[in-house]
Order: sequence, then structure tokens, then C-alpha cells
Amino acid sequence: MTKSLAAVAMVVLAVSPACSRRTSSSGPASQPAAKPPSAVPAAIVEVSGGKQVATIGTPLDQPLVVQVNDAHGAPVAGASVWFRSVHEAVFQPEFGVTGSDGQFTTSVTIGTLAGRYQIAASTTGSGGKTVEIRIAELALGFQENQGRQLSDFYCARCHDSESTAERVSNHDNLVAQPHAFDDGAFLNKMGDPDLLAIISHGGPALGKAAEMPPYENTLSKADISALAAYIRAVADPPYRSTEAVYAQR
Amino acid sequence: MTIQEKLAAIRKALLGDSARTFGTLGLLLLLLLAIVPYRDHFREWYRYQRDYLGLIRGRDDALTLQRRFQGGVHQTWIPELGVVDRCASCHVAMKEASLRNVSTQPFRPHPPVPHSLDEFGCVLCHRGQGVATTVMEAHSSTKAWEEPLLPVRYFEASCGQCHMDQLVGTPRLNAGRALLARYGCVHCHSLTLPDGARLTPADDPPSLEHVAQKTSREWIFAWIKNPQAYSSSATMPNFQLSDNDARDLSAFLIAQSTPLAVGGSPPTNTPTVPSDADAQAGSSAYGESFCASCHAMQNAAGLLVGGNVGPELTGIGTKAKPDWLREWIRNPKGYDPETAMPHYRFDDKQLSLIAGFLATKTVPDFVANVHLEAATAPQVAHGKQLATEMGCAVCHEINGIHRPEDFAPDLTTVGSRPLAKIVFSPGMEQTLPAYVEAKIKQPRSFGPALKMPQFNLSTAQVDNLVTALLAQTDRAGALPARLRNAGHPASNYEPAGAAGRLMRDLNCFSCHTINGRGGDMAPDLTWEGSAVQRDWLLKFFKNPNTLRPALIRRMPKFNVTDAEAATLTDYILAAYQTPAFDRDSIHPASDSDAIEQGRQLFYSKYACQSCHIVDPQKDKGYIGPTLTQVSERLNAAWIYQWLKGPQALRPGTLEPDWRMSDSDAASLTAFLMAQKGARK
Repeated sequence: MTKSLAAVAMVVLAVSPACSRRTSSSGPASQPAAKPPSAVPAAIVEVSGGKQVATIGTPLDQPLVVQVNDAHGAPVAGASVWFRSVHEAVFQPEFGVTGSDGQFTTSVTIGTLAGRYQIAASTTGSGGKTVEIRIAELALGFQENQGRQLSDFYCARCHDSESTAERVSNHDNLVAQPHAFDDGAFLNKMGDPDLLAIISHGGPALGKAAEMPPYENTLSKADISALAAYIRAVADPPYRSTEAVYAQR
Repeated sequence: MTIQEKLAAIRKALLGDSARTFGTLGLLLLLLLAIVPYRDHFREWYRYQRDYLGLIRGRDDALTLQRRFQGGVHQTWIPELGVVDRCASCHVAMKEASLRNVSTQPFRPHPPVPHSLDEFGCVLCHRGQGVATTVMEAHSSTKAWEEPLLPVRYFEASCGQCHMDQLVGTPRLNAGRALLARYGCVHCHSLTLPDGARLTPADDPPSLEHVAQKTSREWIFAWIKNPQAYSSSATMPNFQLSDNDARDLSAFLIAQSTPLAVGGSPPTNTPTVPSDADAQAGSSAYGESFCASCHAMQNAAGLLVGGNVGPELTGIGTKAKPDWLREWIRNPKGYDPETAMPHYRFDDKQLSLIAGFLATKTVPDFVANVHLEAATAPQVAHGKQLATEMGCAVCHEINGIHRPEDFAPDLTTVGSRPLAKIVFSPGMEQTLPAYVEAKIKQPRSFGPALKMPQFNLSTAQVDNLVTALLAQTDRAGALPARLRNAGHPASNYEPAGAAGRLMRDLNCFSCHTINGRGGDMAPDLTWEGSAVQRDWLLKFFKNPNTLRPALIRRMPKFNVTDAEAATLTDYILAAYQTPAFDRDSIHPASDSDAIEQGRQLFYSKYACQSCHIVDPQKDKGYIGPTLTQVSERLNAAWIYQWLKGPQALRPGTLEPDWRMSDSDAASLTAFLMAQKGARK
């Protein structure tokens, strides 16, 4: 690590504006042909592991993988990478150097408060400047997690258009296409009473399709509140701008 | 004047006579009384309460919050639960929902949970020392107290102290308890849940009494060296045996094996290489028999596809001898009467195809480097000694070794094990969760001579197991009975007579639950006799066509005879009826008005076509069963009652409870009973 830092300190490259804009991009990593690892980090990008959902205090299912690229988008080997977050999010390891493919992998245990976590992955760019990317993860508290379990059983068959090996999606068989629960652009406009009403009394309660059945007799009030809490928690964009965001500082 | 003289003068001035003494002491007392109220200023909780007032000062709802705030030490005392909590002295805003965006502790309100804080207190769930009033003493283990806060990671353990029922909100606890049963932890360890039910193993390690018939010594050697090298999904742990120990143990296992009389074709034990056409037909027969509902196999991409009720079959051709495999598929009960595998009635042609197909599923590398010389008597004796010491007979039946009782420590109160009684390995975090986790992850790290084997578990599985084990507290056993939510009591239901024998032979309980006993892969059949019609059920046994198009796991065709199908059908219709209603109580209207009204309700008001298909041309929903010929399958009374409340007939079913009115239910029943499907 010290070696790469020394290299960074000695070789000062002017970073073009186009490249510095890239530092904030979170799109999938470009994978050009492997080049000799000599370049200076100009961008750090997320390869996989962002936007995961976990219960508070538990590890994320998938590791977080970031890649350090140089000004030409080629991976940089041996660049130092470190992670930061707040509220007891734990990284294993918290820092290290990228491998020959320019990537660095860490496993994340989410903190103990429910909400959105912004994880900052950083590297040292030209001139000793810190280049970082923010990666969002979601932590569910007890109530939201209960809603998630209920959603997986009762709702996901229609509201999730993806099929899995164990569950074939019914989404495309319906006339009124159900909204995905992370469709914040639509669902955030629905107030809490409306959201509870459509789950409890079905689509016709809000003048919507009868294909959405009522669940007031199947689920308890607490279950329905838990479902609503889950829908609010996973909304993207986030449900309320005042919702706590646990970022560094 | 010397110092002594000065002191004497002062003494005389203050305490010279009784009046002076009284006055001085009175002044002192006044001074003390004046200081006492300020003593608390130096307490930790006072500082937090002051910070809290600072936090709320600028808010819009400051007045409301200030009015509700009360200074001083707050204590919750619940004698029945043994709870004395002073947590609210610092956590002052636990009930202030309006502060939910505050992330600074100790001022965050408590997130919504199903229990009232006043009724349960804090330490019952969070652990820690409730009576302490400093952060350190309340949260961590100190010299005097040693119960630190429970890490949030294992938090569902707290729910498990009272809840043996499978709560929706505790997936990790539920999974952990299932793992304790599935990975056979409770073969060696005994574990009694807080409701007094003893956890029973859910796996069925095979008997080894005739193992020489099934497989070779080379395979056994490689398997006991590393079961996961043969099958990544194997639940048998790795005992980390040396080559010599594995050699002797395999020698003993072959030596103790006794022959078992087998019927059928004469033994050849030479794998027949199936022709391409046969291989294709064998693969089809494997698929049509729905072997994959229970058994997984690696596909071309290396992914495991299939169920986990039975063992993975990717390398079965390397493991099983051809004759044994054929006889096993013919009738598994002949080799293992307790097996969960059904006795399919395959004919010789089908047998050859499936056995031939499975024989081609080999992993030659697994035994390629195993070269064993003939076993010697001392080796066999040493193997027997090893098998006895390692407790092989706890899980497997082995000739000449009795099953040992209480082979490993009882885990009933492992979640309360005092730290003083734990020997930590050097360098590890000295907490109970860390200890339990390390014990599961790397049992031999506590000493190479320890017997507990190495399990092959993911991080999530280990977490789930730790959660389930931490629920086993002393406190859980002492809580009042009214708080205890018992799990489903184990049912030892046995169907009787000829049908009962058939059901055991076909192992219906491996997939279906009846009267509380059985698996959850297929529908609960407890009230099936009230639901279905005789002719349909007879036909279904002969040829189980699928009812749910989206379902991957389906009922296999067992090739039962007409007589067997009739026996089963008559038994199910007679024995599995609900007392709630009479099967023949409803006679649906058959006039076109009622049917038309039912159609309107079906398509408009209830939008049943979202999940069910009545008209295959038009309807697309495929969550629920297809209803094109429902009038031939179900009774009108069942449909009517089902529409009125499906969960009453089959608890946990996905169909929402509509609380349908009598007239709507009657019209829909009329419509559905008019669905006779396409005539064949």
C-alpha cells in the first residue's frame, strides 16, 4: 500500500473534468482489457453489492465490490481503498489494496438503526486527492422486516415481475400492472391512509382494479402496518425527504 | 499560641457547650441538605437528560416534548418477569414517535414492536443490566455483572424465549431452529425448547448395517474424509480424519455390514452403459417421476437444481453399486424401512431406464486417488474403536455398536451460559455470542482433541444457528406460562388399515401434511375428504395431472393399481372430512341466471381470473389451481365454504379471505360448478 501511495504522490496527473465527473457515477464498472497496472486512480466505481436490503445488525448477503479505474477507464491494481459509514456498519476488511483486476471486495454488516446507509468507498487519486463513491444499502427494522416476509409470501407473486426458481411471477398475467414496491415515484404519492386502505380493502377502495384483493380478513392490522412500513422503507426515490440518512458526517 | 492551642480554641468556640454543638451540627446539616440535590448533577444520566432538553429546544413540538419529559431516574419494575429496568433514565425519548428522525442515541424513540415497553421492560429482549445507571454498567459486562447487551445481529433470539410458534417477523430464529433439526445437531446434543418440547432431528442419516451392499470401501473412505467434496449440499459434517483413521474406519464399516436378501433380477453389479436412446428415455423417466422434487442434481452449468428432501444425485453412479441402485428404486423400503422415499411401482423397463440414467451420473475424480489394500484385523478393530469414540452410532445404525445417549452437552440453557464457565480460545472476543459462533464455525479451534466435527455452513446459517441457541436462556424457562406461545405439537398421527399401510409405502407424509403430521411441499390433506369427488380422486391417483401450472414440484405418478387407488380414495373420503359442514349440504343453482351472476362476480367484483383460469383462451392467472374442470374435482359445499373463509379450511393458504356474502358465495359456486371443461 505504501508503495502505491508513494507512486500516487510522485506522479501528478491533470485529471480532465470528464474524468472527475466519472468519480460520482455509480454505473456498472467498465471492463476493458487488462493493462499493466501503473496508472493513477481517477475513479472508483461500484461493481456489485449496492442497493441490498438486510435486517439491522446483520451482514449483507452479497459482498460489496468496487473497482478503481484510471483516467482512461482501465482498472488500477494496487490502489488503496477504504470504506466508511456510520452507525456501527462494519466492513471486513475496512481497507486494503485492489487486486490485479483493479477490484476490491469487502463484506458489510449493516448497523443497528433502520434506514438508508450511505457507504463511502474511497481511494487516493492524483495529487493525493480523495476520490470516493457513495453506495446505498438499506437496513430494515423489526416491523419492516416482518413486512418483507409477508410481502414475499402474499404480494411478490404479482408485484414483483421477476420470476425465481421457486416462484413464477404472475405480474404479466394481470390487466392492471401491479406497481413494484420500490416504485417510489408512484407509491410515494399515496398517503399512509390510502396505502393502508388499498391493502385492507383492495383496489376498488381507491377506484383501482379489483385484481388487487382485500387483505383485511387475511392479515391482522399489525401485519398490514408492517407491509406499509416495508413499502415505505424500500421506496426509490426514498419515501420522505426528511427521512434520516445515515451518511458519514 | 501553638497549633494545639488554636485547635482547642476553635473546638471550644464550636462545640464548647451543648448549645454551640447543636448550632454547629445544625449548620452542617443545612449545608449537607443544600448540597444533596446537586449531587445528581455529576451523574451520567443527568448529563443525557440535559442534552435531551437541548436537543428538543429548537423543535416545533418543543413544548409538548418538554411537558412530557420528567427528570430523574426512571424505573420499570415488573416483578412477574423479574424485570427492574432503569434504561429510561437515559433513553428518555423511547416513546416519542415524533423524534423518529433522530439518530443520536440515547434519544432515539423505540422502533415499533408488537409489545408494550411498560409491559415487558427492556432487558427481557435486550439483555444488559437493567438496574445500572451508567452506560458502561448497563450495556457491557463488568466485574460485578456479566450479561452484556444482546447484539442486534442475533436479536430474534429474544423472541424465541417465548415464541415457539413460527413468527413471520423472526425468519432467522425460525431458520436457526430448522437448521438445528436439519443438520442433525440434536442427534448428539439434546435441546428442550422453552415450551418443554424436545427438538427432534429432521434428517434421516442412513443405516450402515448393510452398507457394503450399497457402496464401495473406496467411496466410504473418500466420503468420510470430506463429504462436501462428493456433494456440496451434503449435511454430514467433516470429522477431519487422518488417512489412516479413514482407512480403518472404512475397513470396519465394510466388515460390520451384513448381507440383505434382495429380490428382483440376479445381481450383476456391472454398470450397463445405456444407449443414447435409453439415456434420453432414462432422463425423461427421471423427469416424469419428479425425482427432482426431492433430489438435486448439478446441471450443465454446475448449478444445483432440485429439492433437498433426499440426497444430491450428481455423483450417485460413483457412490451406489448398480444392483443396489436398481433394487433401491424398485422398493426403497426393502433396504431402509424408515426412508422418506416413496415406493414407486416401476416396471422392469422403467427401472432399467432410471437406474441406467443414474448410473451415468458419476464423479470419477472423487475416488480416483483412493487405493486401499485389504483390511487387516487390527485395522478393523481400530476402526470400531474410532466409530465408538466419535459417536458414529448416534446418527447411523451400525452393527455391534449401541447408540450412545447424551453424547454431547445439553444445550437447553446454552443462551445463559455464564462467561466464567467458558474457556475462550486465545485472542477471541470474550462474549457468549462470539463463543457460540466460534463453536459452530470451527469447533476444533478450541482444541484438536474435541469431538465436534466441522460443519459446512454459510455465514447466514451460522448466524441463524447462534440466534436459535441464544434463545435457550434460563429466563425463558422461568417466564410465566401465559407468555409462552407453544409451537405446533409434534403429531404422531398414523392412518389405519390397508390404506394406512399404502400411505406409509408411498410415503404420502414426505410431502403432504395430514392431521398435523408431514411435510409442507404439497397441500394439507386433513380435510381432503370434504373437498374432492370420488371419481376425480380415483383418476388422479392413476394419473396425477397438475392443478397448478406455475408449480415446479408436482405429484409423481406412482403407478398404483386400480385396487390401491380405490383403497386410498375410499379412505380419504371417509376419514378426512371436516366436522364444520356436510359434504353434500349444498346443491348449487343450475339456472343460467345464477350462473351468469356468478360469472359477473368472478370476472368483475372478485377478479378471480387474476389467479385462476376458467377459460384457457382468455384467463391467464396461474397462482391458484386451474378451475376449467373444477365441477368434476370439488364438491359444491367445499367451494361455498372455501369462498366464505379459505383459512378456516386450510390454515395459511394464499387465497385471501373475502368474507363473501352468502348470496355471492352461492352465485360463484353455481358458476364454478358449471365449469365442466372440454369434454374428452
